[in-house]
Amino acid sequence: MTKIKSFNELKSVQERLKAGRDPKKPCITICVGTGCLAYGTQKLVDNFREELAKRNLAGKIDFRTTGCHGFCERGPMVVIHPDKVFYQRVGLTDAGEIIDKTVLKGEIIDRLCYVDPATGQKVIHEDDVPFYKKQTRLVFGQNSKVDPKSLEDYLAIGGYTALGKALTGMKPEAIIQEVIKANLRGRGGGGFPAGWKWDSTRKAKGDPKYVICNADEGDPGAYMDRSLLEGNPHLVLEGMIIGAYAIGSSQGYIYARNEYPLAIENITLAIKQAREAGLLGENILGSGFSFDVKINRGGGAFVCGESSALFASLEGRAGEPRAKYTHATDKGLYDKPTNLNNVETWANVPFIIDKGADWYASMGTAGSKGTKIFSLVGKINNTGLVEVPMGTKLREIVFDIGGGIPGGKKFKAIQTGGPSGGCIPEKYLDMGVDFDELTKIGSMMGSGGMIVMDEDNCMVNVAKYFTNFLVSESCGKCVPCREGIRRMRDILKDITEGKGKEGDVELLEKMATAIIDGALCALGSSAPNPVLSTIRYFRDEYVAHIKEHRCPAGVCKDLITYSVSAEKCTGCTVCSKVCPTGAASGERKQVHKIDVAKCTKCGACRESCKFEAIIVR
Amino acid sequence: MEAKVKEIVQRYSGDKSYLVPILQDVQKEFNYLPKDALCAVSSNLNVPISRVYEVVTFYKAFSLKPKGRYQLSLCMGTACHVRGAELIARNVEDILGIKEGDTTADLEFSFETVGCLGACALGPVIVVNGEYHGHMNIAKSTKLLKNLGKKVATDDQD
Repeated sequence: MTKIKSFNELKSVQERLKAGRDPKKPCITICVGTGCLAYGTQKLVDNFREELAKRNLAGKIDFRTTGCHGFCERGPMVVIHPDKVFYQRVGLTDAGEIIDKTVLKGEIIDRLCYVDPATGQKVIHEDDVPFYKKQTRLVFGQNSKVDPKSLEDYLAIGGYTALGKALTGMKPEAIIQEVIKANLRGRGGGGFPAGWKWDSTRKAKGDPKYVICNADEGDPGAYMDRSLLEGNPHLVLEGMIIGAYAIGSSQGYIYARNEYPLAIENITLAIKQAREAGLLGENILGSGFSFDVKINRGGGAFVCGESSALFASLEGRAGEPRAKYTHATDKGLYDKPTNLNNVETWANVPFIIDKGADWYASMGTAGSKGTKIFSLVGKINNTGLVEVPMGTKLREIVFDIGGGIPGGKKFKAIQTGGPSGGCIPEKYLDMGVDFDELTKIGSMMGSGGMIVMDEDNCMVNVAKYFTNFLVSESCGKCVPCREGIRRMRDILKDITEGKGKEGDVELLEKMATAIIDGALCALGSSAPNPVLSTIRYFRDEYVAHIKEHRCPAGVCKDLITYSVSAEKCTGCTVCSKVCPTGAASGERKQVHKIDVAKCTKCGACRESCKFEAIIVR
Repeated sequence: MEAKVKEIVQRYSGDKSYLVPILQDVQKEFNYLPKDALCAVSSNLNVPISRVYEVVTFYKAFSLKPKGRYQLSLCMGTACHVRGAELIARNVEDILGIKEGDTTADLEFSFETVGCLGACALGPVIVVNGEYHGHMNIAKSTKLLKNLGKKVATDDQD
């Protein structure tokens, strides 16, 4: 693309691109986010290209690969415009049939339609799918409209308008005031108001100033930042450029997880395209403002999501945090004023500038405005990315959008905030989710992971899982985190192995307080949260482990035994075939038995038994 | 080796702040980080070897030992964990006879557990040399290893 030299020129380029797109022309869109690619979707993409070429339809039917649509559970997904016919779990060789029947003749292929499990009704159009219907897809909605590798696509839907508006019609201070007024709070975890951070960085003394996009999404079970960066990289970039202009920065960095190769590929391409189009680099849109962005890849350290550790990593050092006697806004990267926001925060900025703070602040709760993308995962029917206004009830997210728990199991808890957050029990399901409410009940927003757990999950085991994660991710710089969490893990391990002692729970609580007070960085001081919240809401499970040497959920290996239910066993012999030690045995059509002495409790028999005849107690 | 490292360092214009990505590229080239490569990074980038070593041992992504022909990464994100990834990890360890993070003596298999891969709908997930194997369970993981040429305990019964 040739360089765009002014806002007016940008507008005419957008108009031209928009005019070139006939909204009535059939267009097949297919999600090629990492989740869908893992289903093998690339083969389906190739299949479509082949079949279109075979029929000489390349010019008559548009074909677009897009970023993540969010409904990962149902991939591979194909949406056929203009009617938005929604096909899910599409076979990798279904392209020809879809083209011939649906695109050319308007016939619906029943097999590929989504069936609402609640009503048994077939759903034909994307907007009618309950999973989407109850969401407000403000930031994430654009993903399905653009090919992440195409700047033209982004411009055709009005992309970079907010940047043009900011650079030509707004003073930096006015932009900051707008973001403050919108009360945009950091989506990475802490929820600090972004506008105030920008203001401090702008006012700080020192040159150059840096803006950084934190794409080191380390919370297990959270992948919304990746999906934004890989699905709509120009949106994130536009937000960063606006921020840089407001702050007075000429150099930006994107710090991305190396585990996200597609996101890195797409944002790298987006930066190149934006530079060529005059939207990044010297004299952006002829405004005199210059700004450029570099990408840096992380080394797989969770702690690098913490700002000062991230700076250290960006400088090419081990990612250890430092004490924050001075704010990063004064002395951050290379000791220069630095403004760090995460991917989703940056992606919200263009909407605020384009549509105004009042519009933005009309969504959400008193203290948390706008929408939030959550990754709804774990024991849930509709795994995927969900965007809802702040304040939406957990129950709506889990049951109306998420479709509830698979297999008719009972909900036990929902974990939010990653390893820094907590487990929320059923009694809080009617609470509206925002930054402040989650903190009140001992969890936190974090980056937006929501992991659903059912009756088969042991909460002591979950606490041990997070603590284990934090032990291996602790950078080792400060004693409370390095030694304290390790000791907490050891105690939890003892409890799950039936070696728990009276007073262990109280000791865990006491240690947690010391770690919260003493740890150097926010990750250390929030590390005890998963333990504290499980003790707070599921103390009875801890007590059962310690006093009765019993794991109520049947998870902790040392506290359970496997046996066969005589009523349910049909003697199908499957368990004896999968058992690696020969512990499960029996004659065909006879009730089987498990030899406890040989059983390693590997779980193979239980998962393979179709009759739920394996009893774990 | 020296020439290859030099080329990688030049890709980043010799910028020291790119030490982590440079080491990633070097590792990709050699499958692990041999001592000579680290020394070459140190001299070409003009960063003390102690600092290179500090960075290599700090970040999880780096390995000082050679990796196996089949690199198995089992996702241990929370979503996979609550769906039983732990049992799968034990099963893989039992069959391969190594602990997570290790490589079999014949350099056939490396097994590691990783933080979230962000393919939660497919969980539990094992990635073998970049290829995703979703909706894993114990039996499927046994079968997967068998297909990769590993003899497993239940073989005799077939």
